[in-house]
Amino acid sequence: MSRTPLSQPRRSFVARNPSVLVFLAVLALFTLLVTGLSEGFGVGLISTSFVKTLGKTLTLALVAVAMDLVWGYAGILSLGHFAFFGLGGYMIGMWLMYERTRQIVTDSMANATIPPSESEIVDAIGTQIFGVVGSSEFPLVWAFADSLALQLLLVVAVPGLLALVFGWLAFRSRVTGVYLSILTQAMTLALALYLFQNDSGLRGNNGLSGLQNIPHLDHVPQSVLSIWFFWASAAALALGYLFAAWIVSGKFGSVIRGIRDNEARVRFLGYSVEGYKLFLFTVTAMIAGIAGALYYPQAGIINPAEIAPIASIYLAVWVAIGGRGRLYGAVIGAVFVSLVSTWFTGGQAPDINLGFYTISWVDWWTILLGLSFVAVTLFAPKGIGGLFDLWAGFRHPDRHGADLGPDHGALREKEATE
Amino acid sequence: MSTLLEVSGVSVTFDGFRAINNLSFAIGQAELRAIIGPNGAGKTTFMDIITGKTRPDSGTILWGEKSVSLLKMSEAQIARAGVGRKFQKPTVFEDQSVQENLLMALSNARGPFAVLVWRPAQEDLDRVRDLASEIGLADALPRKAGELSHGQKQWLEIGMLLAQEPRLLLVDEPAAGMTPAEREHTTEILVEAARTRAVVVVEHDMEFIRRLNCRVTVLHEGSVLAEGSLDHVTANKEVIDVYLGR
Ligand SMILES: Nc1ncnc2c1ncn2[C@@H]1O[C@H](COP(=O)(O)OP(=O)(O)OP(=O)(O)O)[C@@H](O)[C@H]1O
Ligand SMILES: [Mg+2]
Repeated sequence: MSRTPLSQPRRSFVARNPSVLVFLAVLALFTLLVTGLSEGFGVGLISTSFVKTLGKTLTLALVAVAMDLVWGYAGILSLGHFAFFGLGGYMIGMWLMYERTRQIVTDSMANATIPPSESEIVDAIGTQIFGVVGSSEFPLVWAFADSLALQLLLVVAVPGLLALVFGWLAFRSRVTGVYLSILTQAMTLALALYLFQNDSGLRGNNGLSGLQNIPHLDHVPQSVLSIWFFWASAAALALGYLFAAWIVSGKFGSVIRGIRDNEARVRFLGYSVEGYKLFLFTVTAMIAGIAGALYYPQAGIINPAEIAPIASIYLAVWVAIGGRGRLYGAVIGAVFVSLVSTWFTGGQAPDINLGFYTISWVDWWTILLGLSFVAVTLFAPKGIGGLFDLWAGFRHPDRHGADLGPDHGALREKEATE
Repeated sequence: MSTLLEVSGVSVTFDGFRAINNLSFAIGQAELRAIIGPNGAGKTTFMDIITGKTRPDSGTILWGEKSVSLLKMSEAQIARAGVGRKFQKPTVFEDQSVQENLLMALSNARGPFAVLVWRPAQEDLDRVRDLASEIGLADALPRKAGELSHGQKQWLEIGMLLAQEPRLLLVDEPAAGMTPAEREHTTEILVEAARTRAVVVVEHDMEFIRRLNCRVTVLHEGSVLAEGSLDHVTANKEVIDVYLGR
């Protein structure tokens, strides 16, 4: 974790390393607090559904950290990381649904006079799961659904492989900037449209449901399960954050920030820019997959709408609002925006009656978010995370309007600190 | 002396405009060479071709003892083979400290996995400090490169070039934005570097070229107009007409 020991700028050391410690401490405190106030383990001030919301929020923070690595540090504006998140969710969802259905099926068949054969059980599971799409056959993609270990492996392998293949094709052809963003959106859209089809093998627009019911844990109430998942999400976020901080702390961090600001220059130093991009794209896709695998059991359902292109755009908006190029910024952005969003869209925000028109926040929230995004981009490019710079006394350098590099993703003048 | 780089019959066309025209050029293992020529003569484009940034339409570029072709290699591979480059406009990583810039340039492993686990050893830090004092930036190590003056950025880029330990240095207008004293120091560094490696310097400043005291190649409209000692080429009628006489 430690930065180069010698002659490092003092403020860089103070600004970077302790921020990891501070973050972990805050996360640990928050976890204790929520546990203590929960229904399952504490005084019951926080409802189980809100614990789930908080747990989901932590996984969103984790995918935001991945997004910050790829966009904030390496300048690759990927608008497809929510697709990887969704794929992670689908992979764990398959096992959850299969195993749970198997349990129900075997329980109901247990009373039959003739004990059911293995194939009868599998057929019955198939009918249960695929009845909604008019089928009972198990598609090929469910081949490993009966094995938790294999599906857990697929949680990272499937997003990782998709990212590897997609990234290899895109980076090798030196697609950068806005064209790459469009390409990632196209990938996301294609994946969502494919999953919407009934014969995709993943139950079309019904998606996978009942994921909150964890097989073999029927005796554990949701109030306790929700805390377990909350803990798992917090642990994943902590590990993901540490890993990301480790990645960006050394020379690898230097190289990817160099790629963000001036990728041609990095090439002339002898680094294969494509290799670095591919590595980062793939690793962050895997992190996104893990985040998704923790999110959807807390949400209970996943369907292709979750992978819609807009979700990945939101991800970029969170990171921008939180402040890109700083890991805690991504976490703050994701937590803040998604919680406020839950509040507004959950109907909790009071409508404003103007007499001639009633502002209903469920509809107007998106517009408010859009305006905030524009405002942040224009007036506070450092995002919410920039407030810490004010506190630490950092200023952005006066570069007479010049950004820190010629590339599209380069840090803008106002995002930088002196 | 055996040749390190041999460029022969290279041509490049941009949208019908012939920027490099049947250019041939060779440089030895340890040689200092100056390239002069009017604006738009193709000096920068020539460097772009060697470093793989621009692909020529025709011609060959052979490198090293084994005479491998640079044309099939990517920019990064060419750089790893030992070609280092300083750009006309100083390009350093402005958001990073002088130390980070130099560490990145140091000739260590370049692959993503190796770099991920790499942490600077004491000798790397010593090397960085030596380089920094050589380029007059010893006190600026923790400063962000973006804060440096134009001349200091030129220095930093030269330092990064030396840190790479290339076998061939391509230096595009190193003295721009430097004070006379700094120019003199640059000359010393380049002459010193050319003892052990090949150095190609593009420069407009004739005083600077004179101090380099080396063979000069004059480029004009994408091909070699004259080559020889500075006195020899400056006495050339054509050179006077197209370059010096203006
Ligand atoms: N990518 C490009 N596309 C089109 N034309 C180009 C390109 N690069 C260079 N040129 C043209 O090729 C010619 C040679 O340019 P080059 O930059 O090599 O000149 P130079 O000798 O370095 O000049 P200077 O002394 O001004 O730096 C110029 O006319 C330039 O406009
Ligand atoms: Mg030039």
